[in-house]
This record gives sequence, C-alpha cells and structure tokens, in this order.
Amino acid sequence: MSTASTSAPSGSARAGFGPILEVQDLRVQFRTGSGLVNAVNGVSYTVSEGETLAILGESGSGKSVSAQAIMGILDVPPAEITSGRILFEGRDLLTVSAEEQRKVRGPGISMIFQDALSSLNPVYSVGFQIGEMFRAHRGMSRKDAKKRAVELMDRVRIPAAAQRVNDYPHQFSGGMRQRVMIAMAIALDPRILIADEPTTALDVTVQAQVMDLLKDLQRDTGMGLVLITHDLGVVNEVADNVAVMYAGRIVERGTVDDVFGDPAHPYTDGLMSSIPQLEAKGGRLLPIGGQPPNLANIPSGCPFHPRCPKRRIGADALPGRHCAEDVPPLRLVVPGREAACHYSEEVLGA
Amino acid sequence: MGRYVARRLLLTIPVLLGASFLIFAMVYALPGDPIRALGGDRPLAPAVVAQLKQEFNLNDPLGIQYLKYLGDMAQGDLGTDFRGRPVLDTISQRLPITIKLTVVAIAIEAVIGIAAGVLAGIRRNSFFDNVVLVSTTLVVSIPILVLAFIAQFVFGLRLGLFPISGVQEGWYSFLLPGFVLASGSLAYVARLTRTSVAENMRADYVRTARAKGLPNRTVVIRHTLRNSLIPVVTFVGADIGTLLGGAIVTESVFNLPGIGRAIFDAVRAQEGAVVVGIVTLMVFFFIFFNLVVDVLYAVLDPRIRYE
Repeated sequence: MSTASTSAPSGSARAGFGPILEVQDLRVQFRTGSGLVNAVNGVSYTVSEGETLAILGESGSGKSVSAQAIMGILDVPPAEITSGRILFEGRDLLTVSAEEQRKVRGPGISMIFQDALSSLNPVYSVGFQIGEMFRAHRGMSRKDAKKRAVELMDRVRIPAAAQRVNDYPHQFSGGMRQRVMIAMAIALDPRILIADEPTTALDVTVQAQVMDLLKDLQRDTGMGLVLITHDLGVVNEVADNVAVMYAGRIVERGTVDDVFGDPAHPYTDGLMSSIPQLEAKGGRLLPIGGQPPNLANIPSGCPFHPRCPKRRIGADALPGRHCAEDVPPLRLVVPGREAACHYSEEVLGA
Repeated sequence: MGRYVARRLLLTIPVLLGASFLIFAMVYALPGDPIRALGGDRPLAPAVVAQLKQEFNLNDPLGIQYLKYLGDMAQGDLGTDFRGRPVLDTISQRLPITIKLTVVAIAIEAVIGIAAGVLAGIRRNSFFDNVVLVSTTLVVSIPILVLAFIAQFVFGLRLGLFPISGVQEGWYSFLLPGFVLASGSLAYVARLTRTSVAENMRADYVRTARAKGLPNRTVVIRHTLRNSLIPVVTFVGADIGTLLGGAIVTESVFNLPGIGRAIFDAVRAQEGAVVVGIVTLMVFFFIFFNLVVDVLYAVLDPRIRYE
C-alpha cells in the first residue's frame, strides 16, 4: 500500500510537499531520585500530509515521551528536553513562546491517549469537553460550541449524538469514549494527530472500528497520523511507515512492508519472530531473551547488544564496529531503509 | 434524587428517637438527686421536693418518663428546666450565639484552609508548601484549650487586638474564638486540599486539557481545582453540622453563652429535659448537614447517583 520513494528514507510523502512535522535529534531526560533517566536519546523522524507513521516499541522505549515532548505536555521538571528541534510547518516548537506553543496544540497538532476514561474529565459532559476546543481556540460561545460538539460526535459515528451530548464520560462504553477523545482531537482539523496507543484499552472488535474511523478521518482531512503502539498487527494494517524504537532510540525505519517483510535490525527481527504463528499452534513462543534496558543505565555500545543473538564482541568484531563499545548510528542500509546495527547486512535476508 | 432525599429525611426520625432515648437514659442513670441539688445548702421542704418530683415525672420508671417527654414534644413542648424556664427559650436564646461562632469558624477554615491548600498543592515542595506542612502539623498537635489561652493572651491581652470575653462587640467578638475553633479543621482542610490538588495535577485528564491547548488558567481552575475541591466541600459541609452542636471548650474559655455552654451547665445540674432537648437538636443538625453534603456530592460529581 505504500508508495515509498526510494530516495527519501525518512518517510514517504504520499501527498503534499515536504513534511509537516520534522523531529530532529530529540533528547529527553528525567531527573529522578535515583538518578538521571535517559528516556529519549536522539530521535528523528518526519511526518508528511496523509502519512501514517507508526512508532513501534515496548514499554519504556521512549515512544510516548517523545510524543509528549512534541506536544509540549511533558512535566518539566522532572522531564527536560536537552536537545533537538521539533519543526512544525517549519517553525521550531522548542524555541517559540509557551503561548505560541499552546496555540499549536489543537489546531496544529493534537493527541489522543490510551485510556479514554481517565483522560476525560469525569465532572464535565462530553459535549462540554469537546466544545472547549472551539471556546479556547475560536472564542465561540458555549451554545455554539455545543452545537459543533454534536456535529463532531456525529462525525466520529457516536449514535444519537444530539441526545448524548450532555452525558458524562462514565456513561459511555470504552469504544464510544475513545470516539469522544477522537472527536475532541480532530475538532479543529489538526495537520498532525498523535495517537498514543489508541486501541490498547479496547477489545479487538472495537479496536478495528476505532482504527477504521481514524483512517477514514485521515482520508477526509489529509492529516498526518503518528500512531504509537506496541501492536504489530495494528501497524501492519494501517501504517505506511514504521519507526522501531529501543532504549529511546530509533533502531530501524522504513516502509511497513519492507521492515516487516525483511527486518534489518536484530531487535525488529526478534519482534517478528515473537508473533504467535497460527501454523505453529501448540508450539513454543519465541520471546526476545533478556530484559528491556534500564534507562538510568543504558548498556554501552549498542543498547540491544546484551540481548542480541547476532552481536559481535571481542575478536569477532570488525574494527570500529564492536557491539559492546561502538554505538551504531542509524544509517541507510538499503534504499528506503535505515537501521542502527553494525551488521544489518547480515540480518537482512536472514 | 427527590425520593432519595425524602427517604433520608424519613430515616432521621428513628435516629432522633434513638439518640434522644439514649441521652434520656444516661441522664436518668446519673448518680445524685437533681431536685435536692436544686436547693443547694438550704434543703428544700419534703413537700416541695415531692411536688417537684411529681411535676417533672421523676417518680416514674425510665420508659414512662421518656414516653411522657415524647408526648409533650409531639405537641411542641420541650419541657422546662427545674426552675420552670422552657427549654425552647434556652435554645432560642443560645443558638444564635453558636450559629454566629459557626459562621465565623467555617468562613475562616474554608477561605484560609482552601487557599493555603491550593497554593501548596500547585507548588509542591516549595517554601510555601513546607510552611503549610509545618504550621498545620503544629496546629493539629496543640490541644484547643491551650490554643485558646495562647490566643487570648497574645492577641487579646498583649496586642489588644481582639476582645477576649463575651459578645458585647457583635461579630467582632467572634473572630478570635472563631479562629481558635476553626484551627483544627483549618489545618485539616489545608492538608486535604493540598493532597487533592497535587493528585489531580497529575491526572490524565489534566494532561488532556493541556494537550487540547487550553490556556493555563483554564487547565488549573476548570480541570484541576474543580475536581480537587469535591472532597474538601464535603468535609467543610459536614463540619458545619458538628460545629452547630456547640463548642464547649471554646465557648467556655471565651465566655460565649452558646449551645455548648448550655449543655455543659445542664449536664452538671442533671437537667434531663434541657440535655435531651439540646442533644436531639445537635443530632438533627449533624444528620441534616450530612444529608446536604451527600446531595452536594452528587451535584459536584456526576458519577455519584442516588436511586
């Protein structure tokens, strides 16, 4: 489904001209009682109009933190953005004033979260909370905002929207609550929608409906969609491009078909092998050995090397490509593919 | 909601009956003879004693006494003390004092307590937050009796800012006793507010509010404070019911002739009718304001619904 251009490894623009969102070398640290936690360590990616970029990673890989950094909703302190640029329509959101940044949230970039129940304020009606977007950014009256809220609830296919606009979040089912979140996020036609595990808390049939809705909305509006998830199935179905994160870094990037078809990084390869196979029913699952890295103490060299089946240390290693000592940069491996592994060429096609 | 309130109001009847009977029985069980005590050093003539005992039904067994009391109460007669003064008169004279004291105390505890708690909660671990933590701990750990005397001495005698006794200066007379009475609750309200605000600041829906690009003021006031104040409002509401029952220590130290003083005097004189009348009223206030709080809770938090 992808029309990835072979020359631009950092994402395939299907429409429009150039990326809407460009993240460059983003680094985020948390100061905690037990030391410095390096949550995001030099992440770069771009999102173009109409593109769906999936950011895939396990818990603690920095995928949510990087999204919150883009939104400007990290708690500072303890979090601190130590370097990087977040270019939205060419403007660096990290250098503009807080007020300018606030004005981008909603009309420019908006975000939906994993748990819609706790992400919606329990004491206000859903109509009020959707309407707040129009009141805060467009200066609409409460009455007009509510009217627009009903239209949006219709648009995200909440049945009987006009009757339900005054209901409270707890009166909705999980799927309907996530639709309310989506209605809120798309209220001002954002250019970029960041969806942080939007379907993780939902059961499978509802998951599919919500993903379909997001795709339909994207087709209508041409917004770029950043889909943060650990669900390989969801990535495979809806994303154009995927960035795989590990220990706060992007370790592999390319089109979904390429990356999933033939991983260039041992971690991605491990993820693919860990998917339960229908044919192998009754057989053993193949987990990735070892533990995810401690972000307060990331392993030297390639952060994945302690768990990597293909690592080369000691005499096996080529000069300057010692897995336990030399940090592998994210590099172009084959056209359209980037991976952060010294020995990607050996992983590919394996 | 209407049915719920009606049912709760109906439920107060058995509670009031039970409470008044218990108090009645306890006064009955007190050692000593109230009629003889009435005479003081000069013993009353036996005929007078017999007549008084007859008049106040003191010769009847407990159950009969209580039923006769209820019968009178049903006709709006709360009885008289042993000097023939209607209990209703005592209450109507004393209650305004206690109401004024309660109003002042609640105002102080709500305004100062919530303000301190909100500021401390928003700026956790700041200097102000630590001041609040230390001062509330101090206030809570000092008995109210000691606090009352310290306040009288420092603000009344030394600085001469406030009257220390009586109600001659109107509302102004109630400021110092109101502050003393409020101090414990004030500290509790400040702590409760601080915790609640601090917790809500980290709530997912506050993060959502920021992600929506709402102005900071809206995020704090509409999405943090509103939710944080629900437990505080319920505590302050219930506190009104408690304070209206009179504050024996504060009213005594500051010489305020309120309900608390009245009940203290009545217990000492074994004035059964007075004690039962006032305590029943206290119980009613307590139940009523707890009901108000429950209803308020449902108004403030739409997740609470009563059937």
